[in-house]
Amino acid sequence: MLEIKNLHARIGEKEILKGVNLSIPDGQIHAIMGPNGAGKSTLSYVLSGRDGYEVTEGEVLYNGANILEMAPEDRAIAGIFLAFQYPVELPGVGNANFLRTALNAIRRKRGQEELDAVAFLKLARAVVKSLHMKEDFLKRNVNVGFSGGEKKRNEMLQMTLLQPGLAILDETDSGLDIDALKIVADGVNALRSEKFSALVITHYQRLLDHIIPDMVHVLAGGRIVRSGSAALALELEEHGYAGLEAA
Amino acid sequence: MPGWKPPDMTALPTRKLEAWRYTDLRPLTGITFATPPALSAPDLPSLDLPRLVFLNGAAAPEFSADLPFAGAFVPPDAEDVLPLAQINAAAARDGATLSVPAGQDAGALLLFAQAGGETAFAMHPRHRIVLGEGAHLTLIEIAKGNGEYWHNPVFDIALAKGARLEHVRVQQESEAAFSLCTIRAEIGEGAAYEHFTAAIGARISRTEIHATLVGEAARADVNAVELLRGTQHADVTTIIRHQAAGCPSRQVVKAVLADDARGVFQGRVEVAPGAQKTDAYQMTRALLLSPRAEMDIKPELEIFADDVKCSHGATIGALDDEQLFYLRSRGIDELTARAMLVRAFLDDALAPVEQPQARGLLDEAIESWWRRS
Repeated sequence: MLEIKNLHARIGEKEILKGVNLSIPDGQIHAIMGPNGAGKSTLSYVLSGRDGYEVTEGEVLYNGANILEMAPEDRAIAGIFLAFQYPVELPGVGNANFLRTALNAIRRKRGQEELDAVAFLKLARAVVKSLHMKEDFLKRNVNVGFSGGEKKRNEMLQMTLLQPGLAILDETDSGLDIDALKIVADGVNALRSEKFSALVITHYQRLLDHIIPDMVHVLAGGRIVRSGSAALALELEEHGYAGLEAA
Repeated sequence: MPGWKPPDMTALPTRKLEAWRYTDLRPLTGITFATPPALSAPDLPSLDLPRLVFLNGAAAPEFSADLPFAGAFVPPDAEDVLPLAQINAAAARDGATLSVPAGQDAGALLLFAQAGGETAFAMHPRHRIVLGEGAHLTLIEIAKGNGEYWHNPVFDIALAKGARLEHVRVQQESEAAFSLCTIRAEIGEGAAYEHFTAAIGARISRTEIHATLVGEAARADVNAVELLRGTQHADVTTIIRHQAAGCPSRQVVKAVLADDARGVFQGRVEVAPGAQKTDAYQMTRALLLSPRAEMDIKPELEIFADDVKCSHGATIGALDDEQLFYLRSRGIDELTARAMLVRAFLDDALAPVEQPQARGLLDEAIESWWRRS
């Protein structure tokens, strides 16, 4: 269960989030839509603990624990996964090494046994195959020279391996063709369970054709200005965000 | 050591010489260097390789392999143009003399130098390595020690047509030591000198490499990493002389500098008239882990031929916050994330070292440096 209560955050002097309230029960997928500059990416970064954002008010609880006090790695261990809008390139870091280090860091902290190289590769190859990725993905440097679609697939590969309890997808659909969009959707849908929840941040409705949300929220001017069922996304697609900020 | 003399400190180069502008050897002048004491119980590495062991600068045959291509020490010529080699020439009393016959693959050899004593001492080994036509040798060198000393080795290397020498140095000298190494390699037609230095130890170190490409299609790869902390100073200086046509040279030097450490790279590429189709590449990058660390980079190209490709580049930066956050967001703790990025930063300098034992040794040295920082 994710509970965001009256969250205010700023970058420097600029207040971006102005009192966000949102609860996502386990098992549910919520979408956040909104115009550019509404604070969508800021919300995802505040939730995942990136430097440079100052929370001035409010709290965020995940399974009852205040995550705002946690380092980014501890949030990941607690089960929060951020799929980046712009996945970062890591020249010189092999994808397999990166994935195994991350997986074992999380398994160790969760009291699970670490995977040796052989067991890891077997698991990783199976996930790579299930996401229709080429096996050389594991041998390449992390995101280096990847196309936009490949980078997003790599995010899904990480998400699937790390088995989060809460996935935050920050405009993961931006710049994707329909095939890549389906892979992202398949990645999320495959994790759907009573223990998994997701926050899907998107500018467009089309991703929500493939990941059917339980609720849709509109973030505008740093606040949630409307919430509704999946039908709200269709309405927004038709009428746009005009007028919502004032609401 | 019989015949040992104190080093001639008046010959020491000063910062007035352009080649020594960034490295100040004055700290050496206040020290009285004594005769190297005997060192009898070396801390030998567990590498499964034939080895030559030098203890406080003296050959230790009881710990060394009996190699068919190793010969007796040959005293160097009395006169030398390079100041440190001149001091070495006057004082050298020992060193490895290796001569691999034409066509022979001598495999990998460990040259292990350990130093240590109660009072400061100096040692000036003179190593000679000659590879005959088509011969091959991988020389893995470890230099380490305790206490205050001055290690001033000179390598004279000659590679005949088609020969290949991989020379991997792991400089892990005592942090009170001065480690000043001069290497001169003459590289014949189609021959290759593949050098890698990891400058990790010593208070002040310099690795000065003169690689002269004398035959067509000769190749010089000179790669190095400097891993420094505290007030350590390390200098890598290269002089690549393209004297024949069609020779490639590649230099990648990476420095990771913590605390108040200072790194230096001076890279000079000289292309002689007639050395057409020269392909010279040079890249230096420094990663500063502290705002007080300093890197000085001086690339120099001197080109007297018109059909050549020479490129050089230099960057100085800090760890990338976005990369760090990306790793941490995946559950990797900050220290491990930083270590991964530092290791990744070094990757393209390390990549040319393919000999598995050398690679293993370097990986271990880098990791242990990181753990101690």
